[in-house]
Amino acid sequence: MNSIDDLTPPVLQVSQLTRFLRELIESEQILQDIWIAGEISNYTRAASGHLYFTLKDQSSSIKSVVWKGSAMRLRMNLRDGMAVEAHGAVSVYEARGECQLVVDALRLAGEGALFQEFLRRKALLESEGLFDSSRKRPIPDVAGRIGVVTSPTGAAFQDILNTLKRRYPLAEVILSPATVQGEQAPKEIIAALRLLDQKIHPDVVILARGGGSLEDLWAFNDEEVVRAVASSPIPIVTGIGHETDFTLCDFAADLRAPTPTAAAEQVSPDIADFRDRLGMLLESLSLVVDQSLSFFEDSISACSDRLVRVSPRGQIENNARRLDELASRWQIAIRHANEMQFAYLANLEGRLAALDPQTVLRRGFAVIRAEDGTTLRSINKIKLDQQIRVEISDGGFGAKVNTLPTKHGEE
Amino acid sequence: MIKNDTPPVDTLTYEQAFSELEKVVSVLEEGQATLDESVELFQRGQALAKHCSDLLENARLKVTILEQSGEAPGEIEP
Repeated sequence: MNSIDDLTPPVLQVSQLTRFLRELIESEQILQDIWIAGEISNYTRAASGHLYFTLKDQSSSIKSVVWKGSAMRLRMNLRDGMAVEAHGAVSVYEARGECQLVVDALRLAGEGALFQEFLRRKALLESEGLFDSSRKRPIPDVAGRIGVVTSPTGAAFQDILNTLKRRYPLAEVILSPATVQGEQAPKEIIAALRLLDQKIHPDVVILARGGGSLEDLWAFNDEEVVRAVASSPIPIVTGIGHETDFTLCDFAADLRAPTPTAAAEQVSPDIADFRDRLGMLLESLSLVVDQSLSFFEDSISACSDRLVRVSPRGQIENNARRLDELASRWQIAIRHANEMQFAYLANLEGRLAALDPQTVLRRGFAVIRAEDGTTLRSINKIKLDQQIRVEISDGGFGAKVNTLPTKHGEE
Repeated sequence: MIKNDTPPVDTLTYEQAFSELEKVVSVLEEGQATLDESVELFQRGQALAKHCSDLLENARLKVTILEQSGEAPGEIEP
């Protein structure tokens, strides 16, 4: 009866009890790395940055806390009513003797199972070699025709168009529309890829969709879709979700881009580069032509000079020049000669004139001739009573010598 | 140097025109062309450059939307 009373259990302080409870729980490994599913309620965000809520199911609840550091890494906003899976460690808040869950990661309910499926499929397809880098083809630098598989009404398509308009408006974009979420999505995506290949055969294909949860992106983890991407005859660039989202299509694609915009950038050159390159090429053209022209001009000048010297025209001109020179000299010579002749002639004329007998006669001399006309130059030829003829400048007469001729010096 | 069957400049795509322009400049830079050839090349080069420039200035992104093929199960059978 009083056996219980005999065993006097130790009397503990409350704080000892709560500390004991904490240590007990923290030593239980399972409780230190655990996933708990439940619904969020009483959610608050403290000024400190810590998040507090209660995780509950139909019959129970446990207080939860997300410390500020983990809270910053959460990729979702929490709110009451959300069905989640929380990962963390169980502890005891000693001051109040309360169990609490210290949460370091959270995901939406059901994502856990999905993620497992994701991993399973990834392993399967990887083992088939569908993700091998050797299968990946290079993306053309400049794609003239860009195929796009996405929803025509989604933001992804608009982002792609805006990017291409800005960077490379020379391209042609062909959209093969498909739903990108929900049950019909995988079939539509596969059909859209096939249609694009058969009807258009563009240079590259962008497979895109905007951001979302694992469930939202699930179509891109569909096995048949992944196989279609891997076997596409045209290079495929994926731009699915946000930077940190990886789907199996991303692994199977020839190139993964973090977002639809990035995918569009990957397949397009920047038209500014085009303008720059064109500008540079034009400069080169001008420069080389200037240089060529200078070179040709110089060559021509040099040849021209040589040509002038050896050309027939040159020779003709040369000879003409010489001829002119000779002609001048000739003329000068002739003139000179003429002048000399004239002078000589004048001289002769003068002398001749001086020798003209008429001149002598006009000076008063007479010519004495014998009757037979012989000129009598010496006194010895003249006798007394000889009949002579006398000629003076303007006439003549007969005369008889009537005195004895005497020689000069004999009287 | 310039063959008689060279296509007219405005039928070329940007890539084709630019590529030919690069070749023209390269040939001219080699300096082996005669004066006549150089003149011809330069004129062709100018035409190519103008064509490229026009294409860049007037480029408008061409967008086509295909009709979904009948295989998509979402479509209603008539």
